[in-house]
Amino acid sequence: MASTQVNPTRMELTRLKKKLSTAIRGHKLLKDKRDELMRQFLELVRENKALREKVEKGIEAANKNFVLAGALMQDEVLNAALLAPKQSVSVEAGSKNVMSVEIPVFEYKTRLADENDIYSYGFAFTSGDLDDAVKSLSEVFPDMLRLAECEKSCQLMAAEIEKTRRRVNALEHVMIPQTRESIKYITMKLDENERSTQIRLMKVKDMMIKEVIEEKHSKAAQG
Amino acid sequence: MYNIAVMGDRDSIYGFAALGLEIFPYYGNEQDAVKQLRHLCEGNYAIIYITEALAEILEDEIDKVRENPLPAIILIPGVSGNTGKGMKSVKISVEQAVGSDIIFNG
Repeated sequence: MASTQVNPTRMELTRLKKKLSTAIRGHKLLKDKRDELMRQFLELVRENKALREKVEKGIEAANKNFVLAGALMQDEVLNAALLAPKQSVSVEAGSKNVMSVEIPVFEYKTRLADENDIYSYGFAFTSGDLDDAVKSLSEVFPDMLRLAECEKSCQLMAAEIEKTRRRVNALEHVMIPQTRESIKYITMKLDENERSTQIRLMKVKDMMIKEVIEEKHSKAAQG
Repeated sequence: MYNIAVMGDRDSIYGFAALGLEIFPYYGNEQDAVKQLRHLCEGNYAIIYITEALAEILEDEIDKVRENPLPAIILIPGVSGNTGKGMKSVKISVEQAVGSDIIFNG
């Protein structure tokens, strides 16, 4: 029997049938959504992994250069050199809709037109290693931006996939079987009612015929 | 228009200042870092890069904004080396989506 109490009426049956067809349709759609999200997610996550490897390597190399520069120069000079940055970066954040997930799209703009104009210091008092360090960092920066975009998209999509998967499972294993069960229960109950009505009618008919026959017999006996 | 912030110990991040990113050095006070990160999340920042070492401390705060559309919090290796925490965050995404890790095989 269905776990929830249902009224075995025709109206309830129609309602449940409608509910079942909606649930099946929803289940199919959500399953498709999940599959497509998963495909795109895997593509993105592979890119994410490759980018991360590249960026981590790039930053490590840049860090090496910075350590070298720091070793050759005094802290005060180093601080002073980088105190007033020439360049400034701002990001335009758009968004792209992928299977109802809003994923960010970053586009960066530099304040100065020349992207390579990053050395905020005179070359006379700083070590050449600092130039190398800043340069190597600036080379890895576009990838870092792409990584940010990619990784955030992955996080958002992962959350959405998890949600969709739960919905699909809930529909498939709970909602649809339960509704089917209820429909079966109602159909059985209605059929049973119908049969019992039919039997009752047949009995009544039998009784009536018997009465008529007995009446005839008694009349024949008298006459 | 959004800005980009970089958080971490000073030695790891001062170079980013030259590129025009805003740097927020961490001097060892956990409370301050948490406050700083909250402030940045509410502010006009699209991307916040955090060194893996600092991310270890701020893990709870980072998890809170994980599913918000902005800002994107991205872990980067610091000057003391790569702890693999950045890769782990990618792995977590895969595990969340797929149910088990199929990209990194482990």
